Amino acid sequence: MIFTRRETLVLSAGAATAAFLPMQVNAAADDAIAAFTGGAEVTDGGVDLVAPEIAENGNTVPIEVSAEGAASIMLIASGNPTPGVATFNFGKLAGAHTASTRIRLAGTQDVVAIAKMADGSFKRASANVKVTIGGCGG
Amino acid sequence: MISRRDFLQTTMAASALVGASGFGNWARLAAQQSLTQDQLLDFDTFGNVTLIHITDLHAQLKPIYFREPEINLGVGEVAGKVPHITGADFRKLYGIEDGSPSHYALTYNDFTALAKTYGRVGGLDRCATVINSIRAARPDALLLDGGDTWHGSYTCYHTEGQDVVDAMSLLKPDAMTFHWEFTLGSDRVRELVDGLGFPALGQNIFDAEWDEPSEDFAPYQMFERGGTKIAVIGQAFPYMPIANPGWMFPEYSFGIRDQRMQEMVDEVRAQGAELVVCLSHNGFDVDRKMASRVSGIDVILAGHTHDALPEPVLVGETIIVASGSNGKFISRVDLDVRDGRMMGFRHKLIPIFADVIEPDAEVAANIDASRAPFEAELTEVIGKTDSLLYRRGNFNGTWDDLICDALISERDADIAMSPGVRWGPSVLPGQDITREDIFNVTSMTYGKAYRSEMTGEFIHTIMEDVGDNLFNTDPYYQQGGDMVRIGGMGYRIDVSKPMGSRISEMTLLKTGELIDPSKTYVVAGWASVNEGTEGPQIWDVVENHVRRQGTISLTPNTSVKVTGA
Repeated sequence: MIFTRRETLVLSAGAATAAFLPMQVNAAADDAIAAFTGGAEVTDGGVDLVAPEIAENGNTVPIEVSAEGAASIMLIASGNPTPGVATFNFGKLAGAHTASTRIRLAGTQDVVAIAKMADGSFKRASANVKVTIGGCGG
Repeated sequence: MISRRDFLQTTMAASALVGASGFGNWARLAAQQSLTQDQLLDFDTFGNVTLIHITDLHAQLKPIYFREPEINLGVGEVAGKVPHITGADFRKLYGIEDGSPSHYALTYNDFTALAKTYGRVGGLDRCATVINSIRAARPDALLLDGGDTWHGSYTCYHTEGQDVVDAMSLLKPDAMTFHWEFTLGSDRVRELVDGLGFPALGQNIFDAEWDEPSEDFAPYQMFERGGTKIAVIGQAFPYMPIANPGWMFPEYSFGIRDQRMQEMVDEVRAQGAELVVCLSHNGFDVDRKMASRVSGIDVILAGHTHDALPEPVLVGETIIVASGSNGKFISRVDLDVRDGRMMGFRHKLIPIFADVIEPDAEVAANIDASRAPFEAELTEVIGKTDSLLYRRGNFNGTWDDLICDALISERDADIAMSPGVRWGPSVLPGQDITREDIFNVTSMTYGKAYRSEMTGEFIHTIMEDVGDNLFNTDPYYQQGGDMVRIGGMGYRIDVSKPMGSRISEMTLLKTGELIDPSKTYVVAGWASVNEGTEGPQIWDVVENHVRRQGTISLTPNTSVKVTGA
């Protein structure tokens, strides 16, 4: 497993105070996905993406992704100003096709994982992660 | 004194468990007779396993009054389903007669009048009597504590939970899970857990640094009772560091983690568990969703959202039991477990009528001994109330109206905010307000009352954020509290809308003008999750206000307009 790109564990003191409202998938995220897939069709399923429903700390959100038989998996934070998070590449001898990391989220958004399978097809999973200012538990 | 008996008991045949026919008929006995302890405890012991569930005690060791909510809205798939049914609709659903003990225990209507008839509820010494009686019929019954136990009173605050831990230890629980306990700080939680003598469970309590299961809390405990192997899996409150101050327990991470819940169920089944019980602090709607996604859980003992349901709710082959709060109820669940599976159950939500159930002498003496050093402070009369003081309800309660009034007048603010917590007993019209009463609705380890300036836009953002914690249509995004209570400002909320467009017409009540997004307002509040919050303790603010008022008289709060329900 090789990290080709990594913008993780960005531990900053200041919370992203402007980013409480949900963010939509932006053009940069679509571009990154298109560059990865070369415009090929992407089907849902076949990828397990584990993310918290509500982030305890938007600056360091644990994400785990796995896709049996994947050659590589790209992780996108669709609402971040720079959506690319990482692409994990798996060699032929890889025992498991699983990666976990922590990412910084600018606000509530979908985290998307695109897996390139050994046969060249693409599969997708996404998870909505809410970044909140905190509430009042009963 | 209590002139009527109605019975909260249901039985279901094994065939109904896997069928779609729902629950059987109520064994409803409307015979006119006076309510006795024997009747409250009456139960035909069934099957081979008994579970006893107590949850969300909030340190209420003594009997109290507790008014159930008038407004408890459900959104999305759970709209109009229990526990989002209140008042007369609730009584109709369960066949509860108007004016009956169950009416008083389970619904809000005529609360003051019925409270005078039926008296206080709860008291851990009464709970002990009920638990002992169940154990007399089934000596190896499992007693499971759903958490929110070591929080919520004057004595609990001043002893950092010790008074509750000591009293609970006499009840000999078999396992426990957690929420507000963590607001004692992680060092104190570990200290208390180390001395418990029974398992502290939470499959979703993780080490925050490594994102691995915490070594301080086991995910589950195996028991062998009645020749049956039982696994109890703990599920702590998932949103602890978000709804409560994470800086008080920075080593821990939580979350729902239902994939791991499935792994734990599979693991205990592989170890031979014939019955899988989840002791949960998820909140009812989260439990209902989890039951639909995790297979193999027989019983979820639900807490956190303080719902008291006279029947379990069935999801697939999982039953969800909700046992109320503040010591007001105990659930008894008898199960017939055969051939490695649950074949049937009998359930009873037992209301703890404090004047009917004899206190257990040993537990009563222990509670009194814990209170003795604080007796003068506890019982000091601060004022009196002409209005019923209660908290529960999605949008406001009179206790929070009083607290917001105190914040505005004592802290010279335009707007006041009070957290939408669901704990806090009621005080009847004509009663004195003691210091203990004020602590019962304000006690916490981060109770400082802040005073800060906020723009209208930021206030709107807060309202939308908290609103989404309550009215997100996906229960996994709900945190289980009620809406933040607002003083000095009215607003309209459409609960059916998505986040960002629920709240409108925010109006400053003292001028009648709409809130200006760019203008700055002075906001006083309490229970900030931010570290380093400065200000006087909220109970001192409220005490000063009540002293100045002498007698509290509140006008009905009509400042929140609710639509979309």
